[in-house]
Amino acid sequence: MTSKTAGLPVSSKVSGIFLSVAKYVILAFASFLSVVPIVVCLITAFKTPEEYASTSVMTLPQNWLYFTNFVTAWTKASMTKALINTTLILVCVLFGSILFSAMLAFVLNRFKFHGNPLVRNLFLFATLIPGIATQVTVYQIMYQFGLIDSIGGYIILLLGSDVISIYIFLQFFENLSESLDESAILDGCTYFGVFFKILLPLTKPAIVTVMILKGVATYNEYYMAQLYLQSKPLNNVVSTSLFVFTGPMGNQYNYICAGVIITIIPALIVFLLCQKQIYNGLGAGSVKG
Amino acid sequence: MSTLESSRAYKFNRWRKGSGGQKTLVGMTFMTVPLILLFIFTYLPFFKMFQFSFFDMKYVGTREYVGFENYFEVFSRDDIFGSLKLSFYYMGGAVIQLALALFFATLLSFKIKGAAFFKGAIFFPFLVCGIAVGFIFKFFFTPGFVLDTLLSWVGFDMKNLPYWLQNTKINNIALVATSVWRYLGQNMVLFIGAIMSVDPNMYEAAEIDGANQWHKFFYIILPSIKTIVLLNLILSISGSLSAFEAPFVITKGSFGTATFFVMMDRMAHQKMKVGLACAMAVVLLMIIFIATIGQKLLFRYAFKEDDTGSGMSRRSLKSAEKRSSKSLTSAKSSSGRERKI
Repeated sequence: MTSKTAGLPVSSKVSGIFLSVAKYVILAFASFLSVVPIVVCLITAFKTPEEYASTSVMTLPQNWLYFTNFVTAWTKASMTKALINTTLILVCVLFGSILFSAMLAFVLNRFKFHGNPLVRNLFLFATLIPGIATQVTVYQIMYQFGLIDSIGGYIILLLGSDVISIYIFLQFFENLSESLDESAILDGCTYFGVFFKILLPLTKPAIVTVMILKGVATYNEYYMAQLYLQSKPLNNVVSTSLFVFTGPMGNQYNYICAGVIITIIPALIVFLLCQKQIYNGLGAGSVKG
Repeated sequence: MSTLESSRAYKFNRWRKGSGGQKTLVGMTFMTVPLILLFIFTYLPFFKMFQFSFFDMKYVGTREYVGFENYFEVFSRDDIFGSLKLSFYYMGGAVIQLALALFFATLLSFKIKGAAFFKGAIFFPFLVCGIAVGFIFKFFFTPGFVLDTLLSWVGFDMKNLPYWLQNTKINNIALVATSVWRYLGQNMVLFIGAIMSVDPNMYEAAEIDGANQWHKFFYIILPSIKTIVLLNLILSISGSLSAFEAPFVITKGSFGTATFFVMMDRMAHQKMKVGLACAMAVVLLMIIFIATIGQKLLFRYAFKEDDTGSGMSRRSLKSAEKRSSKSLTSAKSSSGRERKI
């Protein structure tokens, strides 16, 4: 190997340059393919109806400050209501799933009792059932509880289909030394105190991970939202807000694209602000599948 | 009487304050809500699914016991059982997606300018919400619009291009491509994380020995992340049996793009055949279980072949695997700790 490269220094250098150029070309092409469907929407969102009808989709708009499509999309899709509802859902689901999963993981990790392995296995088996398979009967159960078409019911449903967070907290508690609890108990702290005052603040990285995984999943959740939250605009959420554009408005893409861009903006802002946490969070969530 | 009660109260208080009693109280209160939720939204639906599959029923009204009739219908109706064939498209897509993800992850984990931009661009589609993906690609594939314009730039005649979402020969491939578009970045980020946990000293040592980047990939990176790649392969092949999102949001299952779960949703919520839909879910669950177990056995067999070839004992390979996965988790948690400080 070394003799080969020593014998042909020029050609190996050339091939090295060629390889690194090829690398950039491939990556640039992949990035182009990834963003082009979204960028075209952005372009289209700024076009007037006449422009949209007369120009090619790839032609840049004449006026980058033409916001009428956005205003129309915002009102047609009742975005204000959607944002309020989605924020409410996000806050409740994140708070609930962090609290409940942390509590459960604390008990399962710290207390040795008879049912412990059983409870763990119940949750493990639950991960094997694809959520969508049981949707038909979940719908029937929600119907019996009168929870259909209510934001509260939807929140409970999302909290109920939450197993990954439990695993993230379980994994995290395993790395937290038990001597922390023991010294606190000796100092007269109760188990409630140990959990809320000492351990919970230490699980901040796990909390961030759960917030990201659960946050992304909740913001993008579409199937259950369209099934359970049908009253518009009362129960409108961001992921179903664009639903109004199906049907008669189905081909007015200048409005639709503006709507699409509106739903993407919050995700883009969050992504730009906490890229690193998102990447780490996804990694941590998938270790336990 | 009062003394008895007070002594009872005293006992209870002592029990409550003692560590054993406290543990029981805390354990019960902390576990109640998650267990109730697990029961109501996972196990109750799971068992009801089996029960309903034997009935001819709607969500409301009377139900009639029909035995295995729903199951016969699942297997005999071509529009239902045939829709399982579409899974092969998604399996192919899943394999391509993982290969591409591994390729880009490797490229991006070597020193490269603008890596953050490339990574972000490829990853971002994962954060676009479902229905927006639907509209983006309806627009993208509309005849004469985005894809056709792009192809006309590289020399295709726009008039000869097919209807991407209507032509039954290619519409499933188009849908699989959108699914790859959306989830490729997620797999890539995962693999980058795994590659980052490889000890950098190993690259240096290999460089001294004259290894090039291909050698580094095949002899250092791939063996160290084999476990996570295989795990993802198993998950995504089983996942392609339950492929659902792309056809649901883009075509609503029209023009022969309805996968099994799109069909199930249609049976349950449009045709109100709840029993039939439940039978479909049961059949698919069985297939998924069998496929997952089968794959695991297959890969275990493949591993065995692998280590007899390299002359390593099976146990040592396993422990090596364990070590690599352990180092992965510890790398994760240490990075978490860094953030906290």
